[in-house]
Amino acid sequence: MIEKTINFSRRSFVGKTATAAAGISIAPGVFLHQVANAKPADQAATSEVRWGMLINTNKCATGCTACVSACNEENGIQSNDRPESDPQWIRKVKLRDTQTGHVTSLPMMCQHCENPPCVDVCPTGASMKREDGIVLVDKHICIGCRYCMMACPYKARSFVHETITDQKDYAPRGKGTVESCTMCVHRVDDGGTPACVEACNAAEHGAMIFGDLKDPQSEISKELEKHGGKQIRADLRLNTGVRYQGI
Amino acid sequence: MGYLSLLAFLGAFVLAALGSTYYMEHNGHWVTGMNNQIVWGMPHVFAVFLIVAASGALNVASISSVFNQKIYKPLAPLSTLLALALLIGGLMILVLDLGRPDRLIVAMTKYNFKSIFAWNMILYNGFFVIVGVYAWFMLDRTMKKYSRYAGFAAFIWRLALTTGTGSIFGFLVARPGYDMAMMAPMFIIMSFSFGLAIYLLVLMASYNWTNRPLGDVVVNRLRKLLGVFVAAVLYFVIVYHLTNLYATEHHGFEAFMLLGDSGGSKYSSIFWIGQILLGSLIPLAMIYAPGVANCRKTLATACVLIIIGGLAQMYTIIIGGQAYPMEIFPGMEVLESTFADGVTTIYSASLPEILLGLGGMAMSMIVVALGIKVLSFLPQSLADDVADPHYKAE
Repeated sequence: MIEKTINFSRRSFVGKTATAAAGISIAPGVFLHQVANAKPADQAATSEVRWGMLINTNKCATGCTACVSACNEENGIQSNDRPESDPQWIRKVKLRDTQTGHVTSLPMMCQHCENPPCVDVCPTGASMKREDGIVLVDKHICIGCRYCMMACPYKARSFVHETITDQKDYAPRGKGTVESCTMCVHRVDDGGTPACVEACNAAEHGAMIFGDLKDPQSEISKELEKHGGKQIRADLRLNTGVRYQGI
Repeated sequence: MGYLSLLAFLGAFVLAALGSTYYMEHNGHWVTGMNNQIVWGMPHVFAVFLIVAASGALNVASISSVFNQKIYKPLAPLSTLLALALLIGGLMILVLDLGRPDRLIVAMTKYNFKSIFAWNMILYNGFFVIVGVYAWFMLDRTMKKYSRYAGFAAFIWRLALTTGTGSIFGFLVARPGYDMAMMAPMFIIMSFSFGLAIYLLVLMASYNWTNRPLGDVVVNRLRKLLGVFVAAVLYFVIVYHLTNLYATEHHGFEAFMLLGDSGGSKYSSIFWIGQILLGSLIPLAMIYAPGVANCRKTLATACVLIIIGGLAQMYTIIIGGQAYPMEIFPGMEVLESTFADGVTTIYSASLPEILLGLGGMAMSMIVVALGIKVLSFLPQSLADDVADPHYKAE
């Protein structure tokens, strides 16, 4: 009787260990990576990581707006059919090099600068940069002065011109305040990736990589080391968190 | 026009401004001409003009206290009243155009000290206190002996204030129309000109309406000073554009502003006709033409033109500077964008925006009218023999 019980426990122990070992060896990248990145809600963002994005414009398909739709869906951004005043956190831009004629398509959004002009000019401190490099607007103390929109070299910010309905509880917004790409901070804090990156991968373009720029082993760091990446308006020396290849 | 009907007339504009604010805040800013490309519109044109003019209206007091010019002493209290009144009007517009004007208390309690805008809020509040104390010292016989010190403090403070206002634009590195340290001194000299033009109009109107004597000695001194200021503004505008014309990267902006290229014809017209011709050259001719030296109507017209030119200048700086497409992708031509990249924005001010701006101006005039009525800001007489004891009629 006693022997049987012991045997059962031992068998169960061996079985669970084997399953765990298999899990670790089969999917280390997925399983361990997510646990390492997930930030408990009561813990502040840390400067040990710097979240960034790398966009390969050669893979970015002209006419594809999967990233834009995903962003709008994720963050509850609705169009009122007034493009001049509708908020746009991410937009697709098609460019032609005036010298070579080379045509490029790329998504443009908040570049999450290390030295963000929007944070410098904000009178109340509503525009702020987290320790992990994500630039946000505190909707509680934004007075809607729009000085950050004057200062942003990327036109990345939108002023909420109209009443908002059906907000997402994880992405609070407010009429009369300024907003921009949050790098899907609610997902990132849960160990996830931004909605635009996910959508780009789902559309099988794979033009966007999200990750920790400070971790030399991350996919984004390895790709940047191997093939490089440019900052838009690098002359302003803002050290952007979003980098581009192929421009 | 009676005093009460003047107040009622001005009050109607203030009410219209409040109604406009309610309309804009209730519906959201999409009902204005502003959008995500032109984020500062007509209200800012009026607001910045009044804030700049406020500092300049203090000129006359500064000349009397800091530079100890006796003839200006009786003119000084009105100068402080006008300075406070113009700042109240300007700030009223600025606050009511915020996305969240109800959060004024946040703006007053939370400061990011790296922001020149936050510094401006401190400078505005300090201006009220310092100029208020200065006015009190001048009007209170027992405190009059200290008024020179208060005047000196106010003089330094107003220079700091307008440096701050100009730097709001000067510190914007991303836009080719701004990003120049010269914005600060240019705004200071603009304040001298706009402030004195408004001062002269208020002085002549209030003496006329209250039937007090105002002699040519005082008026002609101020007239000649105004001419110097208008010419100085013109000089700064020329240097500003020459600096931009020298740098190849700014040629596009200059072609836009001066020649009307890339859809900038509205701004180049406002620049050449409004700012340069009506606001600078014609007033200079009216001020210095020998035949009209003592003509009050000519001088008043020149002052009105300087104010119109000043508003035109603010329009080209504030709206023109935003309408010109920001160069996000140097060396690239934008073929497609949903967010108006590479495109000149077309802006036309909506009626509520204009009413809000006019309401701020009316508010300033109400403060002046009340101040003159209640306190002795105006000397009983500024006749020539009173203003200048050595005056001899020819």
